[in-house]
Amino acid sequence: MDNLGFLFAVFGIAWLVLFFYVLVLIRGQDRLRKEVTKLNAIMKEKGTDKPAH
Amino acid sequence: MRTSYLRGLTVLGLLLMLAALYMIFVYVPTEATMGAVQRIFYFHVPLAWLAFMAFFIVFICSVVYLVMRNPKWDLVASSSAEIGVIFTSLFLISGSLWAKPIWGVWWIWEPRLTAALVLWIIYIAYLLVRSYVQNKEQGARLAAVVGIAGFVDVPVVALAVALWRTDHPSPVIFEGGLAPSMLYTLLVCITAFSVLFLVLLLLKLANKDIESEIKQIYKQLI
Repeated sequence: MDNLGFLFAVFGIAWLVLFFYVLVLIRGQDRLRKEVTKLNAIMKEKGTDKPAH
Repeated sequence: MRTSYLRGLTVLGLLLMLAALYMIFVYVPTEATMGAVQRIFYFHVPLAWLAFMAFFIVFICSVVYLVMRNPKWDLVASSSAEIGVIFTSLFLISGSLWAKPIWGVWWIWEPRLTAALVLWIIYIAYLLVRSYVQNKEQGARLAAVVGIAGFVDVPVVALAVALWRTDHPSPVIFEGGLAPSMLYTLLVCITAFSVLFLVLLLLKLANKDIESEIKQIYKQLI
């Protein structure tokens, strides 16, 4: 029965690490998209043509 | 288009993972010798195979990048390397947590484990080379060389059990050593992790695309 601790530790660690990595990627994407929006607004103010993302 | 594919793949991946978890904890019988802890096998093996796949992608993309000098190949290589390092870390950790109850130790310096640790170090070095070289293009070229040379270790890890006397269990999958229920469970797990790998790679590439776009916008602003 003690070995079940090792089994659940493996699954717990794997899921935590993968979940954390996905969260980092998604949050990174949100931050980058906000920066693109901000930069597009600056470009528009300056009257420069650029393709929208 | 990529967003809708990504969403579809993510849903597929989640469903496959749920199916895999059901098969691991409910469907597949408990292995006679090692008991319940043997179920780590259904995460450990797919993680290892997908890590090898990730480094194979790094190898191919690095070769193409050095030949064609198109930065898109370098982006795929670096994204795949990052995910490969995560998968390698997880299969080293899962292997260690499996070893402790079975072998009585967390780690032994036997050929396969040592080669796997070397593999992890090689691709950490790949990522460090990219981060610390000032000139990004030079960093990408150096990293490509590391990615190509480092791939030599992948067959060493895979074949270590056949080449040397080792404490690591011998191959059973292609040798017909798995019961059908165990084989089906393993195949579902490998499929689930493959989809997960693809989702992570597409997410990472999407982020790199947006970073490139931001660089272009800054160039226009200046």
